[in-house]
Amino acid sequence: MTNTVKADIKKEFERASEYVKKTGARVLICSGTGCVANGALDIYDKFLQLGADVKLKGEKHVTAIKTGCHGFCEQGVFVAIPDLKLTYVRVKPEDVAEIIEKTLKNAEVIDRLLFVDPKTNKTIQNPQEIDFYKYQTKKALFNCGQINPENIDEYIAARGYEAIDKVIKEFTPEQVCNEVEQSGLRGRGGGGFPTGKKWNFVRMNKADQKYVICNADEGDPGAFMDCGLMEGDPHRLIEGMIIAAYAVESSLGYIYVRAEYPLAVKRLKIAIQQAEERGFLGDNIFGTDFSFRIKIKEGAGAFVCGEETALIASIEGDRGMPMPKPPFPANEGLFGKPTLINNVETYANITMIILNNAEQYKKYGTGGSPGTKTFSITGEINNSGLIEVPLGTTLKEIVYDIGGGIRNNKKFKAVQIGGPSGGCLTEQHLDLALDYESLKSVGAMVGSGGLVVMNEDTCIVEVARFFLEFTQSESCGKCIPCREGTKQMLHILEKIVAGKAELKDLKLLEELAEVVQLGSLCGLGKTAPNPVLSTLKYFKDEYLAHIVDKRCPAGVCEAFKTIKIDPALCKGCTKCSKVCPVSAISGKIKETFVIDQEKCIKCGACLTSCPFDAIKEEN
Amino acid sequence: MVAETQKNLEKVFEKQRKFCKVNEIVEKYKYQKQNLIAILQEVQGEYRYLPEEIMTYIATIMSISPASVYGVATFYSQFSLDPKGKYEVKVCDGTACHVRGSMPVYKAIKEKLKLKDGKFTTEDLQFSVETVRCLGACALAPVVVINNKVYSKVTPEAVKIILDKLLERSGEGDKAND
Repeated sequence: MTNTVKADIKKEFERASEYVKKTGARVLICSGTGCVANGALDIYDKFLQLGADVKLKGEKHVTAIKTGCHGFCEQGVFVAIPDLKLTYVRVKPEDVAEIIEKTLKNAEVIDRLLFVDPKTNKTIQNPQEIDFYKYQTKKALFNCGQINPENIDEYIAARGYEAIDKVIKEFTPEQVCNEVEQSGLRGRGGGGFPTGKKWNFVRMNKADQKYVICNADEGDPGAFMDCGLMEGDPHRLIEGMIIAAYAVESSLGYIYVRAEYPLAVKRLKIAIQQAEERGFLGDNIFGTDFSFRIKIKEGAGAFVCGEETALIASIEGDRGMPMPKPPFPANEGLFGKPTLINNVETYANITMIILNNAEQYKKYGTGGSPGTKTFSITGEINNSGLIEVPLGTTLKEIVYDIGGGIRNNKKFKAVQIGGPSGGCLTEQHLDLALDYESLKSVGAMVGSGGLVVMNEDTCIVEVARFFLEFTQSESCGKCIPCREGTKQMLHILEKIVAGKAELKDLKLLEELAEVVQLGSLCGLGKTAPNPVLSTLKYFKDEYLAHIVDKRCPAGVCEAFKTIKIDPALCKGCTKCSKVCPVSAISGKIKETFVIDQEKCIKCGACLTSCPFDAIKEEN
Repeated sequence: MVAETQKNLEKVFEKQRKFCKVNEIVEKYKYQKQNLIAILQEVQGEYRYLPEEIMTYIATIMSISPASVYGVATFYSQFSLDPKGKYEVKVCDGTACHVRGSMPVYKAIKEKLKLKDGKFTTEDLQFSVETVRCLGACALAPVVVINNKVYSKVTPEAVKIILDKLLERSGEGDKAND
């Protein structure tokens, strides 16, 4: 079967540009996972219903467009009107009629819907002046929030599929690999292995069949960059994969997506179908011998499948268990054939390198870590969302300039970077430039790019326990250091937060961490102790407070809470003793009641029952 | 006597109808082992869980061992070997949600549905509750998803109101069925 459509990118571009021009004044409605949860689809429907033939200021035709994530999820739903250099935030479906009447028909700004700068309390109209956007450099996310991800023409009009055309006409596979290698691009999935080198390994292995896989199993809790990319600009990922396939001479690719991202799966399926219709995917692409198809594989919820050999096992339909390396997937991967595996963001960077060139690409970032990186910032921070900055940006710039500082004016305590495989960064690291090397030197890692900000009210020991609980339950059970080691480490941490640990447990914890780190088979086990080790390094006093002083400095751990009755306020009404499920409260009517601390299970039932606010929780 | 035979026959027919859907799904994926996960996903979509007899049946028609089907079904957290409720309540316990208080929300739900430790589905099969890994909506933390509808910035108080509404609705539904 050959392609009936022979794609001509110049004609396609002209046609697509014409189409985009016809959309006139664009009303961009953010339809990422976050905004959809806040009612973005209702807003879109309302626009279609009310604004079918509205003309901007009586001239330009207006089109409502569903876009991918604008990044600033905290302020969703976003509605942007680029023609007026205007963005509305926190829009509700009931605001649509007003936006059409006032803003679109009469160019009147609705103050109520503008973003309010928390620092100056002034409203900001132009999104480029909002701190959250001002300090970012959007490259991989350039189209996200600007185009309709379900329409291939919008991507083509943004110079989409021009890179693959250029590659096929001007480059040999070897030249593509070398160009990528020269750009210095490193794997964005966590490891940071030079991408071009990986491509060359696969290219040089001769086989009748090779595979190109996109690892979209973004499992780190607190990370959603790949999700945003796939939802907002799926064609960029697909084009990156086609170029990779050309470079390593593969004819079949897989995108392995987490089952938790249904919207991303839907948009990828649409994008693949559209690319096939236009002849960018399929047989004899651009009329050459080069053929490539992409299949989507949905994961079923297993963190370990982010590990490349486990991911391969999962695509083959097995339990997602990792294999020892070597052999590396580049030699023997999927179905025993040479396989290239890269992360979503890595593929999204490829078109940029090809369209400009390797030297251009290196202008951003640092010498050892060129380019930009997406991060998701969440937790106790004012502006949470999806961002992109050059590698080498300091933590301070991310947390304070873009993130707008800590919520509720609390004190900054730490940032967990790289999820359950990463480590924590503290106040002393605020000036640290975030790149692969500097993070490694302080015991953390870029990981996939999830940044979870913690304030003074977060108990660091509890967070370490949380991460270990995660890795322990996600351990596939194949190798003993990981399966049993993480279990024992978790057991010790549980003892610590329950106030039952002794000092010797801490030593044992450190020893175990080392064993798990050295003895585990795959990345999951090797990095599982990282959160414990890095918190032990920077917050040992908190561990000691739990073990020696039997208290939780942040006031989080329930075991250290005591519930007491204030004798001055207690009227002896007996209400508390009646609700106590374990009969720990006793006393005579109209006299002061007391709580037996031995019996008390700290359920807090008495707290809400007291009509005189005499019962209080103390740390 | 006749009535009883009729009843038994109907049972057999029902079973066949049940497997008919499974046949369709396995057929669609060309009996290929590499599609086992996708097959189980679709089967679970049909029955809301993976009944043991169906897993054995799949193994037989695909000519693989029941152990390998069972192995895959128990490996991935998406698969459930127990029936799930009509309303599937998923509480996100990713880092961001955890830091912003997902556990009090989870406790409130279990309390509201009177689910004691170790039980995750209500007896009338109306509700099931589980914690899930990061759903990628961290800016809205804590997040609760009920049958694919996302509720953002949920508090223990708010979740009780949400459940009350659903309880009302499911009660009405039952009456309508009677």
